[in-house]
Amino acid sequence: MAGTSGFKEQSELSRTSPVSILKPNDVDIHLLVEGLYHRYGYDFRNYAKASLKRRIHTFLKGENLASVAELQAQMLRDRACAERLLLGLTVNTTAMFRDPSFYQAFRQQVVPLLRTYPFFRIWHAGCSTGQEVYSMAILLQEEGLYPRCRIYATDANEKVLHTAKQGIYPAKQMQEYTQLYLQAGGRRTFSEYYTAHYSNVILRPFLRERIVFGEHNLVTDGSFNEFNVIICRNVLIYFNQTLQNQVHELFYNSLCKFGILGLGKQETIRFTKYETAYDELAKAEKLYRRRS
Amino acid sequence: MAYELVTIGTSLGGLSALKTLLRSLPREFPAALAIVQHRHRESDQAMSAFLQQFTVLPVHEVEDKECIQPGHVYFAPADYHLLVEYGYFSLSVDEPVSYARPSIDVLLESAADAYHEQVIGVILTGANHDGVQGLSTLKARGGTAIVQDPDTAESAVLPTAAIAAVNVDWVLPLGQIAPRLIHLCAPAGA
Ligand SMILES: C[S@@+](CC[C@H](N)C(=O)[O-])C[C@H]1O[C@@H](n2cnc3c(N)ncnc32)[C@H](O)[C@@H]1O
Repeated sequence: MAGTSGFKEQSELSRTSPVSILKPNDVDIHLLVEGLYHRYGYDFRNYAKASLKRRIHTFLKGENLASVAELQAQMLRDRACAERLLLGLTVNTTAMFRDPSFYQAFRQQVVPLLRTYPFFRIWHAGCSTGQEVYSMAILLQEEGLYPRCRIYATDANEKVLHTAKQGIYPAKQMQEYTQLYLQAGGRRTFSEYYTAHYSNVILRPFLRERIVFGEHNLVTDGSFNEFNVIICRNVLIYFNQTLQNQVHELFYNSLCKFGILGLGKQETIRFTKYETAYDELAKAEKLYRRRS
Repeated sequence: MAYELVTIGTSLGGLSALKTLLRSLPREFPAALAIVQHRHRESDQAMSAFLQQFTVLPVHEVEDKECIQPGHVYFAPADYHLLVEYGYFSLSVDEPVSYARPSIDVLLESAADAYHEQVIGVILTGANHDGVQGLSTLKARGGTAIVQDPDTAESAVLPTAAIAAVNVDWVLPLGQIAPRLIHLCAPAGA
């Protein structure tokens, strides 16, 4: 997309002149994001504009800066400020067994397919602090498939990866997670999977055994293996359509024949170039299967 | 300039208010409608299906990057913020705003940002203040602000706060909001 503004979507481009004149507020944001890229290599140029803008403005308030232009000047001078901005721009919301119906569908529709493999690889792209990955490990354990798998869990943010690796979470979240675990079709007692430690819980070490955590940026890094399943939930919503298409190309090329793609509850392959490359395995749960 | 988008925010009592409003909009209503109604996290698609019974306009629970089409009704899905870009919607799971996800403020502010004077903001019955900031931004960007008359609202907290904070264009009893929208959105010369 050389030469085009990272912020301009196709629909907007076709309505405006080829120069794609931006509104003053948008120019500031555009320059900030370009600066972040050219100075530090952090690439937010094709992130979805509206939510990015909101987070930039929230960040401004926290830093007591009056304008986006001021932030830009500050961030270019001060690496620490840029690092804080980077953290401010990514959203790490997650939970164990978030959307229980997804895990139910996974048990019913995907597990039988996985049983036919002696060994399989799963990639959790954008795994945040790891809850989603451990949920999968628990599910596979209960289905007797855990010893046959290798799970690759990646995120662009090393801070959340650090938490993910530790597998230590606040005890006060366990009530909610237990509820979700049961709704997701959990077969045991959720507390079997952790030990309490003051105000935290530590997940049982065996859950980590088959997981490899690593830094991977979906915008700038390429394919690193071939997978039977790729799970990427609530990450693509932060990307514009250009970037979604780019990442779907990466996923398509990283999946084996008839491999499974799992997206977030309100995400869809429909508005992307890869719509026809997959069959719907569980429509409402956004589980897709690569056609060939 | 014609209005392209009507954004609506409501919480307590919203379902019955939306029923009244939507059932009075005709099939040829020319603008898109985007709605945030606070609700329980676990609630599923039931609400858009429920409201579909009362309107001839197609009702959607928004999926990420879905196009904004005139005459369609778009609902914020449970536990996601609904954001407007020019021509389509985006979703986010950013932290709750005013304790709410979806948040009315997020919808109205992003709509104002993308559509400026071509957007109408409607605040209906509600029990907290989410939506006030959004309506204020929407109005400041040249949009048109409509608030349900608190006397006709199941919960007057939100409409009262909105009227106090924003120089709104219309304060109307629930029954008059749909006719006003039809009038405002009518194509020029029609
Ligand atoms: C909202 S969380 C989703 C977590 C988890 N998948 C879930 O659904 O519960 C989004 C995650 O995407 C990550 N992310 C954002 N941009 C990314 C990129 N370019 N490459 C890899 N991960 C990214 C963020 O760091 C964050 O942890």
